[in-house]
Amino acid sequence: MLAYILRRLVISIFVLFLATILVFLLVAESGDPLALLRANPKIPHRVILARENLLHLNDPLYQRYWIWFSHAIHGDFGNTVAGQAVRPQLVSHLLVTLRMVILATLISIVLALAVGVYAALRQGKVADHVATVTNFLFLAAPVFVVGLLLKEFVAIPINEHLNRIVFYTNGEQSPTLSGSFFSRLPDYAAHTALPTITLILVSYSSWAIYQRASILETLDSDHVRLARAKGISPRRVLMRHVFRNALIPVTTVIALDFAAILGGALITEIVFGWQGLGIWFLNGVNGLDINITLAYLLVTATFVILFNLLADIIYAFLDPRIRYD
Amino acid sequence: MTETSDLSPRQQRLRRVSTSEVGMHTLPEAVPPAGSDDEAQYGMAGDARGQLATVARRFIHSPMAVIGLCTFFGLAVAAILTEMFWTYSYTSITNTLNAPPSLAHPMGTNSIGGDVFAQAMHGTLQDIEIALVVAVLATFIGATVGAIAGFYRGTTDTALMRFVDLILVIPVLAILIVLAHIVAKQASNWLWLAIIIGAVSWTYVARLVRADFLSLRERDFVEASRALGASNRRIIVRHMLPNALGPIIVNATITVALSIVLESTLSYIGLGIQPPNVSLGLLVDQGQDSATTEWWLFVFPVVILVVLILSIFFIGDGLREALDPKKNRVRA
Repeated sequence: MLAYILRRLVISIFVLFLATILVFLLVAESGDPLALLRANPKIPHRVILARENLLHLNDPLYQRYWIWFSHAIHGDFGNTVAGQAVRPQLVSHLLVTLRMVILATLISIVLALAVGVYAALRQGKVADHVATVTNFLFLAAPVFVVGLLLKEFVAIPINEHLNRIVFYTNGEQSPTLSGSFFSRLPDYAAHTALPTITLILVSYSSWAIYQRASILETLDSDHVRLARAKGISPRRVLMRHVFRNALIPVTTVIALDFAAILGGALITEIVFGWQGLGIWFLNGVNGLDINITLAYLLVTATFVILFNLLADIIYAFLDPRIRYD
Repeated sequence: MTETSDLSPRQQRLRRVSTSEVGMHTLPEAVPPAGSDDEAQYGMAGDARGQLATVARRFIHSPMAVIGLCTFFGLAVAAILTEMFWTYSYTSITNTLNAPPSLAHPMGTNSIGGDVFAQAMHGTLQDIEIALVVAVLATFIGATVGAIAGFYRGTTDTALMRFVDLILVIPVLAILIVLAHIVAKQASNWLWLAIIIGAVSWTYVARLVRADFLSLRERDFVEASRALGASNRRIIVRHMLPNALGPIIVNATITVALSIVLESTLSYIGLGIQPPNVSLGLLVDQGQDSATTEWWLFVFPVVILVVLILSIFFIGDGLREALDPKKNRVRA
């Protein structure tokens, strides 16, 4: 098991390394990040030269990559095109995004399991049909559609009806926010609710559909039939024989979807104006900022890889038949 | 299915191989021994038609799938007819500004007098065009890569799959944003958009086909065709690929739906379809600020977009059920 995980880690790091080279070339070849500065006649030539030096724009590509790489392995992600250090920006934007992503992932998992199990146990009944249609609806609706609908037709009417702001629709916190952590908490909650609900709705649906199918397949299997035939109580059959087996495939699906959640978070941030990792990355790409793009890539890819590893470990834990070697 | 009990054991074996595969297809020529006089009796064409009919019958028996299919073709036909016969085109500008839905403008007009119905229908057509190109592209690349990786295994497999991992560890949207930014400067053509979405959408098909090929290559019929002197290329294209066709078709359908999601998302953040061309995502973006006042600018594109994607998901789900070999499979 340990050897397997180590081998997977080494391969993942290699893949990550290739990904940085690829993205580096793509962004570096797509244009001049200082074009705006150069177009401005008020900016003296020496400022542009200094910026070029800071960003190593005049060095050959392989050398620029090496400069980035040798710093990045020490945790230094260089400077933005605007001349600020990347790392503090990365950390603050990451914390904003994680606030939404962690909460949404946890609630989505619980919701997906609950809905999936309930629909499967009520197979063919009204509750099942309602759940399945709802799941498909959220599966089909793009993230920005769900976000916009919640914002325009749920949050704003509620706020207007109650005549006070229950749900904030813009930003991750009030700009004037201060005080102790606990006094800030209600403001965080009012800002976080809508984006988190959006992310939950678009994430849970495919898992719930999968969980339902997985339960139905397990219910139909020989070992469950045997357990019933032996006279084990229905409750015990469900808990011990059905759930445990039906959870195995779902864990993998959830872990593999983590990249999609981060992608969903990107759109949610745009809809709700959060200064998170996604918007930071989007602005970085628009500004041809290699260092921001690579920092985003490294962080998200690392999260995805760690989640995939976690899935493998949980997989082995849930299913003793699985041996990694 | 025809009765097989009166066939020789050898013939029965061959038939079992051909019918126990994932729906749709049976083995082409090489299965009947060369020169065998009862080639007609193997009825490969008839067999395939029989399975196609089974799949079609099972598909039609699923109400959601039929509703999905009708809705999708309904939207597509409506979009084409609108393009051809409707009074306004998506670029026309009228003198009625910000008008709510009426007989003259079934979905109202926007702030510069554009007819929302013509725009929404053109957007639908544009989305379907892009999605079909993406599905063809992604399926072709994915099936090729997956087939080669699964068939040759070893170093080829490792290299190709590491490349797939490369795309899978980064959020697809992030790769698309980088690619769209580069392509946007070359041309704001929808075909470019389709090509970059296709370039990131093939990984799932590749993994699927590879997994299928890893097990298919151990089957007797592959060995049989090799013994008959078939080349690798022929074995892959004529014998193994048809047997993996079921999952490939289902996945191609899902790819159509997902590429509409990706395209509309890119258009929504301003990196997809550019004005004066329209797509549903772009219309939603343009209508979002007036969602509660000029609701028709927002609600109609949103509803069409969701219905379009949903209908394709239903078609995909119906196909999956219909092609599932575990469901009342014809046993030899």
